[in-house]
Amino acid sequence: MKKLVISIVLVNLLAACASQKPHETTAAPAAPVAAAATATAPATATVAAAKTAVDPLNDPTSILAGRSVYYPFDVAAVQDADKPLVQAHAEYLSKNAARNVRLEGNCDERGSNEYNLALGQRRADGVMKMLELGGAKAAQLDSVSYGEEKPKATGHEESSWSQNRRTDLNYAK
Amino acid sequence: MQKILFTVLGVLMLLHASMARAALSIEIIGAGEHQIPVSIVPFGGDEKLGLAINEVVTGDLLRSGLFRLVDPAGKSPHEAAEVHYPDWQVRGTEALAIGTVSAQADRRIVARFRMLDVVKQVELIGQAVSAGDGQIRAVGHRIADLIYEKLTGNKGVFSTRIAYVNRQGKMFSLIVADSDGHNEQVVLKQNEPIMSPSWSPDGSHLAYVSFETGHAAVFVQSLYTHQRKAVANFRGSNSAPAWSPDGKQLAVVLTRDGSSQIYLMRPDGGEIRRISFSGAIDTEPNFSPDGTSLLFTSDRGGSAQVYRMPVAGGAAQRLTFAAGSSYSPRHSPDGKSFVFTHLSGGRFYISVQDFQTGQMEALTEGGWEKKPSFAPNGKLILFASEARGRGILATVSSDGRVKQHMFTQSGDAREPVWGPHL
Repeated sequence: MKKLVISIVLVNLLAACASQKPHETTAAPAAPVAAAATATAPATATVAAAKTAVDPLNDPTSILAGRSVYYPFDVAAVQDADKPLVQAHAEYLSKNAARNVRLEGNCDERGSNEYNLALGQRRADGVMKMLELGGAKAAQLDSVSYGEEKPKATGHEESSWSQNRRTDLNYAK
Repeated sequence: MQKILFTVLGVLMLLHASMARAALSIEIIGAGEHQIPVSIVPFGGDEKLGLAINEVVTGDLLRSGLFRLVDPAGKSPHEAAEVHYPDWQVRGTEALAIGTVSAQADRRIVARFRMLDVVKQVELIGQAVSAGDGQIRAVGHRIADLIYEKLTGNKGVFSTRIAYVNRQGKMFSLIVADSDGHNEQVVLKQNEPIMSPSWSPDGSHLAYVSFETGHAAVFVQSLYTHQRKAVANFRGSNSAPAWSPDGKQLAVVLTRDGSSQIYLMRPDGGEIRRISFSGAIDTEPNFSPDGTSLLFTSDRGGSAQVYRMPVAGGAAQRLTFAAGSSYSPRHSPDGKSFVFTHLSGGRFYISVQDFQTGQMEALTEGGWEKKPSFAPNGKLILFASEARGRGILATVSSDGRVKQHMFTQSGDAREPVWGPHL
């Protein structure tokens, strides 16, 4: 009975995730990034001014405002929906050699604590590799796993778990 | 099956720890099939000490599930000569424990204790047990061990200790406590996570994972001097320490060369060498009692399962095949079986599997149950569970019949591990 309820909740949440995520991460921010990319190249004079005004990292409308990558259960590969986000950060890091970022892998509480530590490390390392392939330098990157030890949401159901299966891109100040 | 057993036997007993600063309350569920009827008469001499010992001894024996306590009904012999056997025979008790206790001039506690066979009318044990001031529970545990060993033929584990992590908000404490959860001592307290405590075979040191350096690093700490050292602190994660039975090696899991792989090193961090080469996640190593092989968790086959490999290196063999995932394997002390966490249908079960037959059996009804470890006599299994929304410690007898919950005062108890005989 309980199992059934949980399964139903789980299915609903998965459905919700699947339908919401593209809106949150890809669809909306895709346009500003494309615009930024084409705008920066020709207008060099104005860009200098704009750059001092706003680091795109601090622009809440930029795709770079997204700092988390989410995963299904027991999966460490960056999902298609989150690839544009990681690629945008790779591009930013390649253009801003002074910026360093730490990838922090996290897991939901299912699985053993040690297995989740390993899984979180794999998640963080996966994002790190993608950033490197996208042009970031190894020296800008570091990865750490918190496993299931530092949950963002503490509930024992999918709505919490889905938030905890995550790699955070934590920029050094 | 287990559920039916528990429901049928369904005895629920609540033991209220009445000691002044009791940190725990304990619930026992179920009962063994053949319980030995015993009577424990509160010891004479210092009445307060006598009652304190009585509480510990009766609590230990009850929790084992192997004994039924027969009330002395007002009779209170303290010496063998004062025992009138027919009084006890009519009550159906088979063994009678009596004795006296006193505090010496140097405040040392000395208990003189006898156990008598009521049927044969002979003395089974006559022994003095002593301990330092304030160690009254240790005296009780020692007496319970003597009774247990005499009546069951197996060594008692009441005097052994357990280690676990208590999480309260963002604070983590590494705790060492008596096997019944009392006498908690804080080994380490910090606002960064602590994981995976592991006892050295002689009980003198704990290896564990601490995040105090910003990531998972393996530390070894003496429980006597409290000196500690980071023995594995490479980039990425350093974790899952496990001692070899001779105490000369630690198996650890490092990501310094890529994915989580198993390495061997000295407990001081020297002579590191990699022994698993899968490219998958290999973690939670556990030495066989003879020190020749390791059980571990790996996802090399797609899902987390239990594998075994020679310590000397070489091919690994998959051992668990049930639906779902399996984690956290640990050998039984006799090396004939292993206990592990089985995740199936969204529930965690504590399960055992026989090496020879490959037969797997769930010992618990399933729920939030993780990280099992055997008591050093192989008769009980300690694990992390959850009740009333909190992480708690629990034990189940190795036949699955008797289950007990230990509630710490606050916070979530996690990552428990049973220590060795001292």
